[in-house]
Amino acid sequence: MSAVHKRVVFRNRVLPYVLVAPQLAITLVFFIWPAGQALFQSLLLQDAFGLSTRFVWFENFERLFGDAYYLHSFRVTIVFSLATAGLALGAALLLAVMADRVIHGAVGYKTLLMAPYAIAPVVAGVLWLFMFNPTVGIIAYILRGLGYGWNHQLNGGQALLLVVLAAAWKQISYNFLFFLAGLQAIPKAVIEAAAIDGAGPGTRFWWIVFPLLSPTTFFLLVVNLVYAFFDTFGIIHAVTAGGPAKATETLVYKVFNDGFIGLDFGGSAAQSVILMAIVIGLTVIQFRYIERRVVY
Amino acid sequence: MVERQPIWTFATHAVLGLGLLIVAFPLYITLAASTHTAQELLGHVPLWFGDRFVENYARALTAGGRGAGSAPVLRMLANSLVVALVIAVGKIAISILSAYAIVYFRFPFRMTCFWTIFLTLMLPVEVRIMPTFKVVADLGLLNSYAGLTIPLIASATATFLFRQFFLTVPEELTEAARIDGAGALRFFWSILAPLSKTNIAALFVILFIFGWNQYLWPLLVTTDETMSTVVMGIKRVVPTGDAAAEWNLVMATVVLAMLPPVAIVVLGQRWFIKGLIETEK
Repeated sequence: MSAVHKRVVFRNRVLPYVLVAPQLAITLVFFIWPAGQALFQSLLLQDAFGLSTRFVWFENFERLFGDAYYLHSFRVTIVFSLATAGLALGAALLLAVMADRVIHGAVGYKTLLMAPYAIAPVVAGVLWLFMFNPTVGIIAYILRGLGYGWNHQLNGGQALLLVVLAAAWKQISYNFLFFLAGLQAIPKAVIEAAAIDGAGPGTRFWWIVFPLLSPTTFFLLVVNLVYAFFDTFGIIHAVTAGGPAKATETLVYKVFNDGFIGLDFGGSAAQSVILMAIVIGLTVIQFRYIERRVVY
Repeated sequence: MVERQPIWTFATHAVLGLGLLIVAFPLYITLAASTHTAQELLGHVPLWFGDRFVENYARALTAGGRGAGSAPVLRMLANSLVVALVIAVGKIAISILSAYAIVYFRFPFRMTCFWTIFLTLMLPVEVRIMPTFKVVADLGLLNSYAGLTIPLIASATATFLFRQFFLTVPEELTEAARIDGAGALRFFWSILAPLSKTNIAALFVILFIFGWNQYLWPLLVTTDETMSTVVMGIKRVVPTGDAAAEWNLVMATVVLAMLPPVAIVVLGQRWFIKGLIETEK
């Protein structure tokens, strides 16, 4: 790691401000100001006709946490995020361990496994929606043949499973590439030494590879949770629209729905503030951890 | 690797093959479905390609995925291209400039600028939907390319990446340039920017995909269908409920929407992996 500051710098009173101005202007106008607005509005309550607004302190938050739908949405988000992250991490780790063993054809596997990264969440959602569509979908057809009726438009559990599959499928590429990079950074001598001492493949993985990989795993866990929380809006919006009966209504979908469709500004702002707290928490965890990795 | 028995090699390839099958199957089915007639898709599920490739894609490109309510896909693809390019180039341009200012100058509020930019990392669109929409509406940017792109152009990750890279550039280069009489802008343009070429390429791949795949933001700021991007336009063509759907055209639209970013990742593989790993540092 080189120095955090340069010894040799240029002297100019105006130029540096000109250089940071575009970035700073966009940040202030489209990020900081709206975030401040959200904070402020979360403390206001508007009457039903939008004629008057009054300051209500934390009433919007109290209302939210007393709202069964909101708590339900919280639970849905947690189940959805953990299932998505778990599935995407597990599958990617298995594939990466295998790809790390391969000598011939590794590049081909890697190239094909990369493709879903480039696919938008909403597109991933539609691909899976098509396979599970009760009338035209091939997997729904196979399941029917096996005597299992599939209709995610009616069955909430099936709907949740469908969006988890689509979300995890898209995230496998990303996890795979990071796991593979992590595996390739483990010194081969360590593994060979263990093998000479008589450790089999399972023992070696569990006692040597997995612990050495834990920084990567932890980093990916945070990234996957952020992804599942915030980037999967398109999947939910296109595949289930939060339904059936709110079975797949995640927090981000709800904040969009309450704000834009329901026009509940105070409540929507309060939801935004809670989401902000979540993303700040996850970012702080990620950065603290990265600092430690440098020392590691 | 230690074990070299054929059985292990076989098992390894079997697991990888299964993984590839899971990853590739949805793509294959979509591609196959996009070459059939709508009637052929009802009831029986085709596992092989049909003969309607040209007709379906021509119709989707020129007439839209599902009759009324959707612009021709060609128009949406053009919008997506503009949006993705402006976002990628814009993010790179303003980030390299601000990183340059923060690393190569000492000025009051330098660290304030740095932390302000850092804050954007914690404020994704999803957590400030309504107020950001209001700002863009008040500025009169709805249904415009400016509204689709400018609010997304700030980039903490790109700024960090360039800052990180600039800190590794030897001080001797700066000294030598100054002795030769180069000013700040000359040094940036003739030395620093060319040195950053691979970083710029890596970021471009990542950011182009980011821009192309935007969904929530275009959904908020465009109501005019001729301004919609292809990724958000997909929602308009996906059949809801049990309506008799032209799934073949929907699938053709989906293929067209994912082709450009997938092509960029596969062709720019080297930069893509570099960009992916470095932007997360």
